[in-house]
Amino acid sequence: MSVTSASPLSKDALVALPATATDAWTEQRAKARQALLKNGLPAARSEEYRFTPVLRSLEKKFSPRQLAGYTEGTSLPALDAHLIPGFDAYRLVFINGTFDATRSTDLSGIPGITIQPLFNAKPMLNLADVEADAFTALNTGFGTHGLAIEVAPGTRLAKPLLVWHGQKSDSPAAFHTRLQIKLGAASEATLVEKFDTEGSGDVFHTFVEEIEVGEQAKLQYCKIQNDAGQVTQIANTVIRQADSSRIDTFTFTFDGKLVRNNFQIVIDGENCESHFFGLYLVKGNTLVDNHTVVDHKKPNSFSNEMYKGVMDGQSKGVFNGKIFVRPHAQKTNAFQSNRNILLSDTATVNTKPQLEIWADDVKCSHGCTSGQLDEEAMFYLQSRGISKSAARAMLLYAFAGEVIQPLFDETLKHYIDQLVSQKLH
Amino acid sequence: MSKDNQVLEEITSKEYEHGWTVNLETDEAPKGLNEDIVRFISAKKGEPEWLLEWRLKAFRAWLQMTEPTWPNVHYPAINYQDIIYYSAPKQKKTANSLDEVDPELLKTFEKLGISLTEQKRLTGVAVDAVLDSVSVATTFKEKLAEMGIIFCSFSEAVKEHPELVKKYLGSVVPMNDNYFAALNSAVFSDGSFCYIPKGVRCPMELSTYFRINAANTGQFERTLIVADEGSYVSYLEGCTAPMRDENQLHAAVVELYALKDAEIKYSTVQNWYPGDKEGKGGIYNFVTKRGLCAGDHSKISWTQVETGSAITWKYPSCILKGDYSSGEFYSVAVTNNYQQADTGTKMVHIGKHTRSRIVSKGISAGKSQNSYRGQVHVLKRAAHARNFSQCDSLLMGDQCGAHTFPYIDIENPTAKVEHEATTSKIGEDQIFYCLQRGIDEEAAVALIVNGYAKEVLNQLPMEFAVEAQKLLALTLEGSVG
Repeated sequence: MSVTSASPLSKDALVALPATATDAWTEQRAKARQALLKNGLPAARSEEYRFTPVLRSLEKKFSPRQLAGYTEGTSLPALDAHLIPGFDAYRLVFINGTFDATRSTDLSGIPGITIQPLFNAKPMLNLADVEADAFTALNTGFGTHGLAIEVAPGTRLAKPLLVWHGQKSDSPAAFHTRLQIKLGAASEATLVEKFDTEGSGDVFHTFVEEIEVGEQAKLQYCKIQNDAGQVTQIANTVIRQADSSRIDTFTFTFDGKLVRNNFQIVIDGENCESHFFGLYLVKGNTLVDNHTVVDHKKPNSFSNEMYKGVMDGQSKGVFNGKIFVRPHAQKTNAFQSNRNILLSDTATVNTKPQLEIWADDVKCSHGCTSGQLDEEAMFYLQSRGISKSAARAMLLYAFAGEVIQPLFDETLKHYIDQLVSQKLH
Repeated sequence: MSKDNQVLEEITSKEYEHGWTVNLETDEAPKGLNEDIVRFISAKKGEPEWLLEWRLKAFRAWLQMTEPTWPNVHYPAINYQDIIYYSAPKQKKTANSLDEVDPELLKTFEKLGISLTEQKRLTGVAVDAVLDSVSVATTFKEKLAEMGIIFCSFSEAVKEHPELVKKYLGSVVPMNDNYFAALNSAVFSDGSFCYIPKGVRCPMELSTYFRINAANTGQFERTLIVADEGSYVSYLEGCTAPMRDENQLHAAVVELYALKDAEIKYSTVQNWYPGDKEGKGGIYNFVTKRGLCAGDHSKISWTQVETGSAITWKYPSCILKGDYSSGEFYSVAVTNNYQQADTGTKMVHIGKHTRSRIVSKGISAGKSQNSYRGQVHVLKRAAHARNFSQCDSLLMGDQCGAHTFPYIDIENPTAKVEHEATTSKIGEDQIFYCLQRGIDEEAAVALIVNGYAKEVLNQLPMEFAVEAQKLLALTLEGSVG
């Protein structure tokens, strides 16, 4: 207790946070600031951040004032080097936390989609709860850049949306970005988010996205986190599904200093289908923490979740998967699995699959494993003249393949494939 | 559906059969808790100075602690000053044979179907009976003593084997381990003590029977079992309580200590009064159970059938310190009406080549909430650790809940850990299959539930398995959702 109160980012110290902006979001921002002052940042002992010492990593680098937003010392990252080769998409670019219209595709002529700066109007959606996570509160209170994207009912977007977050800094920097996306009834969209960081500075980035998927709408979603720099990224994603909608999500994490994904799916409709895949393949000192929540609120839906992790070096993998089946959400089928491979003596994994069921006529299961590569399989390959390192890569590639294969776009799949092979060698 | 409901109602309306009380004269401490009460209890038991000091230390630690709020259970705040911490059936002196025991007391245990009379050797089980807070009788003592086995009440052990008690007391569950363990360490009144010497295989099941009788009392007993090198013991524990409107607190501590090559098997059939259909009354069962596999190749196995208690909060755990040691946890937890259970286990792998296995079967009916909470922790030096966990939940009725909170923390790459959990209800197709073959609905459900719990029930010693099966059937037969 005393350790936290001495922290430069303790609850008491947060009073030094700057005042929130006065704009269309004034009300939300004030509420968020209050929540932040009331709850503080998650301390080392908080259950939700038990294995992710985010406060400890931030307090060494940031004052409360800087935490609210600090971009001095940032410079332009190389955009082209990070693009996905051959991937044709509508591009939306954030550079160091700021939306960059000149580098983005002009979507004004495209029918069925409207894009607005987020903070010019009152919030279109209200899905992320400032009380639930301190970093959602921080983002709501101090975020200055974001987009509100609306896809009209019945629209089927011709190209995927690629939201690229590029950042470069050799000194500490902090920024908060946000997306709100509304898919109208029976619309279809593909969203690819890519995060890249350059430079040696400690970058702190909170990202909040709220997505509403209308009736019979379809969302394909892919997040690629490949921040080579000293990045602490906390992403809060909330997706709400209406009746008969379908989502397919993929979360790939390959690098970063500390990456935390709070990924919440609210299945607020009947006959929904949802698939979530995740792969974290890390080494060095990277800590990846995936906290997913699948909240079945209505009957007759199906969800399937599979997250896989490979940890090398001193990296840490954390997984917490919650499945809630609320009363009356009968006939729910919910499955979850989390599999981990530890490659080194110093890598660790903490996993907590969690089922909370309040309805009886359901089929739910979860499973999780942790282990290392099968010695017999290694021997089999080696005895056929395949080198040890190639055999290892082959087995790991096959392990990861299960979450890459279902990917919805061939170009994207090829790109991820290559990234994974690179990481494995 | 209507028939299902009818059957369900029939079953759930079944009264708690151990709900009677006996009028026994008791020797009680005044209500409340302070250092004087701790001293009073210690003096009553004629304890040596070191034990009093130990209690006081625990009490002071307890004062600094706060009640845990993390379990998935809800209950009104407990007023720790409104509990009688010591209640003993009045006895003139220590009873040497059963003839000297209060006949009223013997009747109590006869009603429970526990044989205290050594002539009745039908069951071949040595029993230490604990009523309210005090051990009232221990059977088969002499026969066991011939083999060097010490099996007696805790207070007796303090008097006769202080060196053993002093050495092992608190060695597995430290006095300040958690809120309820600290409370227990301060005010524990009695319990059972068991020591199996080197290389001895205990020839019979040892058993403790707990019963809370007096009103307004809490029961705080302590069990300490030490299995010396190469020994084996199987231990049974059973519990009941009368029906009372107010909630009663039961905060026990069980410590198991297994040395090299030793094996301890600990089985529990817990049938405390669960409260009435509206959730009024019942026992708060806040128990700390932990076993330490201190020596290489030692083994500790927990088996529990939890059917009673308004609230259950217990996590029988194994600390696998010795190389090649193994821990097992088998559990069936049944909740009905307004019962809440938050139970599971903790397997801490410290030694190399340690193995653990967890099989947990939860069954919830009525408006109850049933949670499994467990941890498998493989430490850095625990090379080649192996764990398999399976926790299944069966839901009966649409107002109950089943939850699982497994923590899997792995720090060694050679560990192989698997965890599986499922939640479902009894399938209509399964029932239909049975009906087709002329098995009526009630029998079909009993069949399915028993099959579901079989993996755990199989682990129980025979005498207990029968009782457990009956208990399961009583609570659940015919509850088709």
